Amino acid sequence: MSELPWYNRGLFSSLNLRQKTLLTIGLTGLVLLVIFICGMMIDANLSTDFTKTMKPPSFEHIFGTDWMGRDMFLRTVKGLSLSIVIGIGASIISSIIATVLAFVASFNRVCDSAVSWLIDLFASIPHILLIMMISISLGKGAFGVIMAVAFSHWINLTRVLRAEVLQINTSEFVSLSSKFGKSKLWIAKEHILPLVLSQIFVGTLLVFPHAIMHESSVTFLGFGLSPHEPAIGIILSESMSYLAMGAWWLAFFPGVALLIVVLLFDIIGDNLKKLFDPSEANK
Amino acid sequence: MIKINNKKLAKFLGFKAIRLLILLIVIAAISFIMIQLSPIDPVKAYLGQRIVSQQQLSIIGEYWGTNLSLGERVLGWLQTLASGSMGFSLIYRVPVTEVIVQKFTASLTLMVVSWLISGVVGFGLGIIAGAKEGSLADKAIKTYCYILQSTPTFWIGLVILMVFSVYLGWFPIGLSVPIGQLSDTVTFWQWLYRLILPAVTLSIVGIASLTMYTRDKLISVKKSDYFLFAQARGESFWGIIKNHGIRNVLLPAITIQFLSFNELFGGTILVEQVFAYPGIGQATVAAGLRSDVPLLLGIVIISTIFVFVGNLLADMIYKYVDPRLRGEDDE
Amino acid sequence: MTKLLEVNNLSISFTQYVQGLNRHDSKVISDLSIDVNENEIVAILGSSGSGKSLLAHSLLGILPYNSNVSGEIKYKGDILDQDLKEKLRGNEICLIPQSVNFLDPLMKVSEQAIGECKDEKEYNEKKLRQREIFTKYGLDESVDNLYPFELSGGMARKVLLSTALLDDPKLLIADEPTPGLDAKSVKETIEDIKNLKEHGKGVLLITHEIDVALKTADKIAVFYSGHVIEINKVGNFKNVDNLLHPYTKALITSLPKNGFNLTEGVQPLGDVSGCPYYQNCPNRMDKCENNIPNLVNHNGVFIRCFDFEEANDES
Repeated sequence: MSELPWYNRGLFSSLNLRQKTLLTIGLTGLVLLVIFICGMMIDANLSTDFTKTMKPPSFEHIFGTDWMGRDMFLRTVKGLSLSIVIGIGASIISSIIATVLAFVASFNRVCDSAVSWLIDLFASIPHILLIMMISISLGKGAFGVIMAVAFSHWINLTRVLRAEVLQINTSEFVSLSSKFGKSKLWIAKEHILPLVLSQIFVGTLLVFPHAIMHESSVTFLGFGLSPHEPAIGIILSESMSYLAMGAWWLAFFPGVALLIVVLLFDIIGDNLKKLFDPSEANK
Repeated sequence: MIKINNKKLAKFLGFKAIRLLILLIVIAAISFIMIQLSPIDPVKAYLGQRIVSQQQLSIIGEYWGTNLSLGERVLGWLQTLASGSMGFSLIYRVPVTEVIVQKFTASLTLMVVSWLISGVVGFGLGIIAGAKEGSLADKAIKTYCYILQSTPTFWIGLVILMVFSVYLGWFPIGLSVPIGQLSDTVTFWQWLYRLILPAVTLSIVGIASLTMYTRDKLISVKKSDYFLFAQARGESFWGIIKNHGIRNVLLPAITIQFLSFNELFGGTILVEQVFAYPGIGQATVAAGLRSDVPLLLGIVIISTIFVFVGNLLADMIYKYVDPRLRGEDDE
Repeated sequence: MTKLLEVNNLSISFTQYVQGLNRHDSKVISDLSIDVNENEIVAILGSSGSGKSLLAHSLLGILPYNSNVSGEIKYKGDILDQDLKEKLRGNEICLIPQSVNFLDPLMKVSEQAIGECKDEKEYNEKKLRQREIFTKYGLDESVDNLYPFELSGGMARKVLLSTALLDDPKLLIADEPTPGLDAKSVKETIEDIKNLKEHGKGVLLITHEIDVALKTADKIAVFYSGHVIEINKVGNFKNVDNLLHPYTKALITSLPKNGFNLTEGVQPLGDVSGCPYYQNCPNRMDKCENNIPNLVNHNGVFIRCFDFEEANDES
């Protein structure tokens, strides 16, 4: 009765869902890797050419050029790779925070309510404002932004992990282990961590898109990376001054590129989740 | 038909008020400490470019408490707050409360309008997508939501600005008030005219999460036994969606919409910056960039209250509208 | 007697994805055949969770999308396809659902009994009829404004029954009408269902409670591991010697011991290549391991066992 989804037709029709999911993850990962490596190889100080300033997109400069005659495509790719680095840093730190807090919550009731309270506390300030505050107090710049984004994105993953750890903690093999006199730390390391590892992994990947988006947002507002950095947020906030002149390409292409990177990370995260949790695929 | 037990309500609100108070004290203290630890020098920020003598400098320093320990400064700040004052804004040169009231009112209109639009449109799209799961309409709506959820708010604002203001020229670029006009003399229509683009942007952003939520919720309702039974009784498809689907999805969807005050406020900051709409968002950015510490701290507090009120309303809707919880309450 | 419902060789299976996104097909109902006549109550007796409710769902055309159905269903001699199901359900064929979960939790029960109406006039007519039926089942006017969660088990049962009777159906499908009810309510439910028969209706009773099946039905189909293994008249269940299948015999012999309930989870589910009862059968033969016997008519009793298949071939 069910009709075939588009990806079940044509070229990939011979693959089953598992293979398709793996293929999607592989291809998406590859694209991101290529963007990242290319960006890393581009020199941050792009050549300026004042004979070719503010040129709309052409075959020579597919994203156009900016007010200093720099190629916008190269600037964008460079900016994306920077975004990816910050995204990776922030999401890894935030999942470490989430994991630690989830385990702390599992120790006893006092710890649990302390963690819940901390979650409530962080969820009670608007995200962007929280990132701004942390970034300001750490003195802006790359370090400030990574920390700010990391410290504002651990909440969801902590909630998920906390529930998961709580459930594992009530299982029989854990109570058996504690009867055998194993320490809580040992149980956490040997029993619980392996079981929640896939969740931590998927959780980290799902923080990624948000991290990138929020980084560019605060940078755009002027609280993130410094104007000398080749960040997407900087490119976009710069473009604001030229919008009235009709230089649409300065804002349009970098934004689309950022959107695509975020989407790609989303796709990887969702597909991995499907692979680990098949109930999603049955929908 | 909503019967509200006044005693219960008073108890509930009292409990919530205490929670809010504790929350505010902690938030105020933490944000104050964060600013104190930052490289911002309050004395320099206060003086700006003015040159003063060493003696004056020490007096100003005393006023800002640079000679006190961190703990004393935090206590001092909380005392000031308790007296109902939030200090003096450095940028606007008026009391912080005054700035906040004025800016927040401007933003509130923006937020309420877009909150309502995104609520109605988001819910509608979610119902269509969920009801026709797997159809072309569903796929289109889903794709739209996926893309929107991966798009930074401010960029959507930029694109809308490019299309409607620069390319089509229907709206002015930036500035809520026409140059050379006092904000008091702006007519309602002029103001509404400038509200449209920011409100549309903010609505577009807000739609995505509500639509996805409504869609998923409706799909789970469609799998429920009562939905199956309604089908087995020969009720028409859209009749069931209307009578049972919307009935069961509406309440959680409204709740989710109230819980979105957090994102709403964040979105406002970005959108106001893009469209130069003079509201609380612009004030936030200005306060942060120009180290207006009292104003920044005041905004943190007001935004906390804003988010808290959203959560409180969500709680109350569940408590007093859902017949199942209403029933429990009376026992 | 006219045949109201005729099910021939119905099979239902599901496609699911399991860990790592590998596909898995599971067969829930295999080769099911059964008839229901007017003025007749037919019970399908099988352990809970064995998927017999899906028979009801397939009769009403409400199976989930990932199900595969084969076989033939006829209603009054016409093939019951999806179009006809959608036309008949709710007026000629009605479901009496299992539990209060089948009622919308946010809708008052009287509104649910009335259901969807085209206009004010239809609503008023149905409102009167709803009141009439509620009164008949001893539900006074205060019940009208209750929400499903406020109903007691017995009241919920009566409301569910009322929803089915509002449209004066010919065929009723009662899906597990008794679990969770106290003895008095069970007795009332049995009476109510029997009463339907007196009014010329056909009833398909799906249950896992032997006691209820014996007290209510005219004919009992024993459902084992997705297969119907024997369909016999209720009178024959009084004497073990009149029963044909070894499983049915074992079931009736051990009745008082297992509290009139079919035990759960002892039957092989899904992919058995031979007779589903092979593992436990006292008189199994070699061919039972890899061949599934057909359901054959043996002097008016339908039986799925090689012992009788051969006896029939010889005669």
